[in-house]
Amino acid sequence: MKRALPVVGTLAGLVLLFASTYTIRETEQAIITQFGEPVGGAVTEPGLHFKLPFIHRVTRFDQRWLPWDGDANQITTRDKKFIWVDTYARWRIADPLLFFQSVRDERGAQSRLDDIIDGETRNSVATYDLIEIVRITNRDFEITEDLVSFATEEVPSEIEFGRNAITRSILEKASEVTPSFGIELVDVRIKRVNYVEEVRAKVYERMISERQRIAERSRSEGQGRAAEVRGQRERELKSIESEAFRQAEEIRGRADAEASAIYARAYQRDADFYRFMKSLETYRTALDEGVTLVIGSDSEFLDFLRRSR
Amino acid sequence: MALYDSSGGNGPWTGLGGDGPAMPDLEGLLRRFGGNARRTAIRIGIGIAAVALFFTSVYQVQPDEAGVVTRFGRYSRVTDPGLHFIVPFLEAVTKVPVERQLKEEFGFRTVEAGVRTAYDERQFLEESLMLTGDLNVAVVEWIVQYKVQDPRAYLFNVREIRSTFRDMSEAAMRDVVGDHSVDEVLTVGREQIAAQAKDLLQEMNDRYETGISVQQLVLQDVNPPDSVKPSFNEVNEAIQEKERLTNEALAEYNQAIPRARGDAERLIQEAEGYAAERVNRARGEASRFESVYAEYRNAPRVTRARMYLETLSEVMPKLGQKVILDESGANILPLLNLNGERRQPPSPGGPGPGGQPEREDPR
Repeated sequence: MKRALPVVGTLAGLVLLFASTYTIRETEQAIITQFGEPVGGAVTEPGLHFKLPFIHRVTRFDQRWLPWDGDANQITTRDKKFIWVDTYARWRIADPLLFFQSVRDERGAQSRLDDIIDGETRNSVATYDLIEIVRITNRDFEITEDLVSFATEEVPSEIEFGRNAITRSILEKASEVTPSFGIELVDVRIKRVNYVEEVRAKVYERMISERQRIAERSRSEGQGRAAEVRGQRERELKSIESEAFRQAEEIRGRADAEASAIYARAYQRDADFYRFMKSLETYRTALDEGVTLVIGSDSEFLDFLRRSR
Repeated sequence: MALYDSSGGNGPWTGLGGDGPAMPDLEGLLRRFGGNARRTAIRIGIGIAAVALFFTSVYQVQPDEAGVVTRFGRYSRVTDPGLHFIVPFLEAVTKVPVERQLKEEFGFRTVEAGVRTAYDERQFLEESLMLTGDLNVAVVEWIVQYKVQDPRAYLFNVREIRSTFRDMSEAAMRDVVGDHSVDEVLTVGREQIAAQAKDLLQEMNDRYETGISVQQLVLQDVNPPDSVKPSFNEVNEAIQEKERLTNEALAEYNQAIPRARGDAERLIQEAEGYAAERVNRARGEASRFESVYAEYRNAPRVTRARMYLETLSEVMPKLGQKVILDESGANILPLLNLNGERRQPPSPGGPGPGGQPEREDPR
């Protein structure tokens, strides 16, 4: 027994030590309760801490950013478009004591957040047109040459607020309520926006008819371009041919003129002799055996024949 | 270890020979062992405790990791790859893969990566279906590659960091796609969208202090919704057809125009040829005339008569009938032989007096 005493003493000491200390991890924060009643403020500093053994109880909470993911809500926008909106939020326990008192644990908090954020999302989205929820800026779309988008009549291109402003307003409005639960809402965002099933079919139809219009225009553009090229070909052909004809005629004309001038210059020296010479030449070529020549005996040719007789 | 030490000089292997002396040795050893049983047990206990202590206090960080050490739950230090020690029970280590490229897929899932990567056949339309800025619908699939840059922030700031990161990625991608037209999303805007979404996602990560650095955001398949696809293909076909029609017309053009130019050139060359011929002939004839004329002027009468006679002598033989009329005896017609059959062959002078009369010959 004597030897057992130190052992028992040590054990008791150890138990007491463990009961009077607790650690808070980096990801945690805690409140201390004494028989259910909170004692002191929240413990947010990580590390080793002391408490009254057995009397004080440690209730731990998460200190990190916590997820909240709402169900998708079917909402009608101001311009009567039926859409699904899926939001997510991140929040943290800012005041563990208040949090503990008002919602007790995270499950309680999640259901409160459901009410608050879903409600604000509905309210906000319903007061804006769909385009405001989809777009964030007023940037102009880049238009490709082939796919010049038809500015579809029913789609406005200008926005006044944009998605960021809407999510910010949801965050602000929800943040007015959450502090009373010891909750700080850090971010609310629209994760997904989709048309409800029936509307989607109509949108697809619209897309299809839009594409068909583009296709048709593209085809007729092709035909137009081809006709244009053919026309250009015809025009150039004509112009090339007539130009060539003109040049050829001019060349011939100039040559004829020059030849005439040359002839004229030469033959003018003695028009009579020219006529004589040319006539002789013509006889040589024009007269052949089919011709019967009748010569008078007094012709120059027979001059001597007659005289000798 | 202690066991081998106490066995003396003989190692356990010597006993395996099967010789007699080996057996007593073993018995003696067992006896000695039984006598010291209690002390040995304590030694073994201490040994095990030491080994356990060693293994709980030592840890290894792989080359692509960082070790985050906490003491009493409080952040203490980050350790680099290698062998490190912690104080057992008081300290704990969490390893974070900081050098590894981590990847998240959106709109599809890789089942098994490899040479032939297998993809999940399901479509994750709830992730990938999104509205474009012109209120059309596109199916966008993408991946994000990221690294843990700050392991401390990564571990301690956000709970369920993976789902948070996925939520952020989806929100960022929809923000950007919502600001582009469906045509941009499908064709020209892809790179721009990826770059903008990456920036936005990094911005959100910085704000959430996740410690994540976004390395790359790459758009994968981007398509119109299935039921709309055929009409998008139709547009592509129409564009192709447009190009085909245009190209055909251009081909015809390219075929016809050079040929026409060639024809035109030929026409002009022919005209040039004609011109040259015409002028040269004129020059030639003129100069011949001039030459003849020069001679003629020296002796006009003689030359004239000679030329006349020369011509006649050349022409006459070629002629068929020759009739000479005497005006004094105008009635004498018998010489006119109407019966061509008995016509005389050409005069005894042969084909012509000059043989080959040179026209140019002035004499």
